[in-house]
Amino acid sequence: MSSVGLIISLFIIGAGLLWLLILSLTGREVERRIVFLFIGLAVSVPLLFNITFSERATPIVLDVFDKLEDLPPGSKVLLSYDYGPSMAPEVEPMSNAFLRHSLAKGHKLYLMALWATGQSLVATAVDSIIKREFPDKVYGEDYVNIGFKAGGTGVLNVIITDFRKMYLTDVDGLDLDSLFIFDGVKSLRDMDVLISIGGGFPGVKEWVLFAGAPGNIPTAGGCAAVSAPLLYPYYPRQLLGLLGGIKGAAEYESELKKRYPRFETMPTPGIKMMGPQTLAHLVVMAFIVIGNISYFISRRKRS
Amino acid sequence: MEGSKRLSAIILAVVIALFLVSWIVKGLAISDSGAALWFSVRDAFFITLAAFLTLAILSFLYKDNPYYKFAEHLFVGVSAAYWMCVGFWSTIVGNLFPNISESLSGYFDVPYKGFNPFYFIPLILGIMLLMRLSARAGWMSRWALAWIVGTTSGLNLIRYLRTDFISQVSNTFVPLLVDWKGVGPFFSDLSLSASGQFTMTLANWVIFVGVFTGLIYFFFSKEHKGFFGAASRVGIWVLMITFGASFGYTVMGRVSLLVGRLTYLFRDWLGLIS
Repeated sequence: MSSVGLIISLFIIGAGLLWLLILSLTGREVERRIVFLFIGLAVSVPLLFNITFSERATPIVLDVFDKLEDLPPGSKVLLSYDYGPSMAPEVEPMSNAFLRHSLAKGHKLYLMALWATGQSLVATAVDSIIKREFPDKVYGEDYVNIGFKAGGTGVLNVIITDFRKMYLTDVDGLDLDSLFIFDGVKSLRDMDVLISIGGGFPGVKEWVLFAGAPGNIPTAGGCAAVSAPLLYPYYPRQLLGLLGGIKGAAEYESELKKRYPRFETMPTPGIKMMGPQTLAHLVVMAFIVIGNISYFISRRKRS
Repeated sequence: MEGSKRLSAIILAVVIALFLVSWIVKGLAISDSGAALWFSVRDAFFITLAAFLTLAILSFLYKDNPYYKFAEHLFVGVSAAYWMCVGFWSTIVGNLFPNISESLSGYFDVPYKGFNPFYFIPLILGIMLLMRLSARAGWMSRWALAWIVGTTSGLNLIRYLRTDFISQVSNTFVPLLVDWKGVGPFFSDLSLSASGQFTMTLANWVIFVGVFTGLIYFFFSKEHKGFFGAASRVGIWVLMITFGASFGYTVMGRVSLLVGRLTYLFRDWLGLIS
C-alpha cells in the first residue's frame, strides 16, 4: 500500500509541477493558491498512504540519547514543557520520546513548564503515556508534575538556588516536602540533566543561560525548527545536544525503537511526519526552480 | 449588495448544516465504539468544533473571510483567558496566599508557610499594574512597569553578558587541527564519520572562517577592497547560507504544523487514518 501511495503521490505532484513549469515557460503567472494546493497535496498524500522513510540519529541527537542512556537508574531528569498547543505537533513527539526513554531507564522525572499552556500538556502526557505505558511508576516517587509558575527567566533565577521558594506545592497542591521524590532535592543543581522542550521565549536558550551554564548542569533541548539555527551555536559546550524540529524527534524515536524492543510498537509521530516533510520540501524546491526559470525568462523578454 | 448578503446567508446555512451532520455522524461513530450516549454527544461536538475551527483558519489561504476572523478572535480570547486563569491558580493561589494568609490558604487548600510581609511587595506592584485599566490612576502602572523593566534588565545584563556573549566568543576559539599527531597518522586514519578527526577539523575551520569573514563584512571602517573585499564577500556568502538554513528550518516547522492539523482532520475527525 505504501509503495502504491508513493507512486500515486509522486505522479500527481510531478504532473502538476510539469504543468506549472509549462505555464511559467509560456510566461503565464501562477496563482499563489496553486502553491498552497500543491503543498496541501504533498502533505496529505503521504499521510493518507502512510509513506515513511528510515531515520538515523545524527551526533547532536545521539549526544542527548547517550546522556540519558549513560546515567545510572534513579538519576534526576528535569523535563520542562515550554510550549503550547500551537507548537505541539512539532515538539510533542520529542517530549514523549524523552518521557518514555527516561522512565524506561528508571530515572526520576521532574515535570514542569515555563509556559502556562505547557502545564495542561504535561497533564496530558502523564495520562496518555505514564499512566498507560508505565503503570508501575508511582507519582511522587518516580515522577512529579510541579506545573507552571509565571516569571519565565525569573523562575529559573529562583529555582537555581531553591525550588521551594518558587514551588511550594506540586500541580495538585501537595506540599513538595511531602513528596518522596523531593527528598534531598533543594535546587536545579541537584538535577543530573535538564531538558527543555520549546521554541519560544522562555525556552531552551533561557535554560542554557539561566540554569545550565551558571549552575554547571548538563542541559539538553528539543526545539521547534524555527529556533534550531539560533541554538546550534550553543552545542556542544553549553548544550550537550539538541533535537532540532521534527527531524530531531524522528531521529530520537528511531534510536529509541532500535535500542528498546518494548518501544517497537510505540506511536512514532516524528517518523510519520518525515514522509510529508520530504515531499513538501521537494515541492518547495521545485517551486524555487520554477520561480527562477520564470524570472530569467521574463528578464530575457524585457531585455 | 443584496445578492452578497443572500450568498453569505446561504454559506452560513450550509456551514451550520454541515456542522450538524458532522456532529451526528461523529456521535454515532463514537457511540458504536461502546461509549455512553452523553460522552459520545459531547466528544463528537468538540471534535467537530475543532475540525471546523481548523478549516476556518485554513480558509484564509483562499481569502480573508468572517469564519477566519471568528476563529482567530476565539483563539486569542481563549488563550488570554487561559493564561490569566493559570496565572491566578499557580501564582496567586500557589505562591502568594501560602505566604500571607492562613485562612486563604485553608480556603484554597494549599499549605500555609507562615506570614511573610515581603510578599506584599509583588501584591502591591501587581495591583498597580492593573491600575492601567483606569484612566485616572493609569499612571500608577508605570511605577510597577519600571520596577519590572529595571530588575529584569539588571538580572539579564549580567547573565547574557557572561553566558551568552563571553561564552559564545570563547566557543569560537576552537582547535584548527583536532587531535593532530602528524600528517601520516592523519591520512592513515582518515574517516568521514561525524566524530572523526577530519570532519571535526573541517567543522572547526568552517566556524573559524565563518566568524572571521562574517565579522569582516560588518567592519565598515576600512574599504572592502583586495583581501579585505574578498573576505567580506566570503562573509556575505556565509550569511546567505545561514539565512538559507534558517529558511529551510522554517519550512520544516510550518510543514510540521500543517501535518499536525491534517493528521487531526484525517484521523480524529474523518477517521481516514489510524
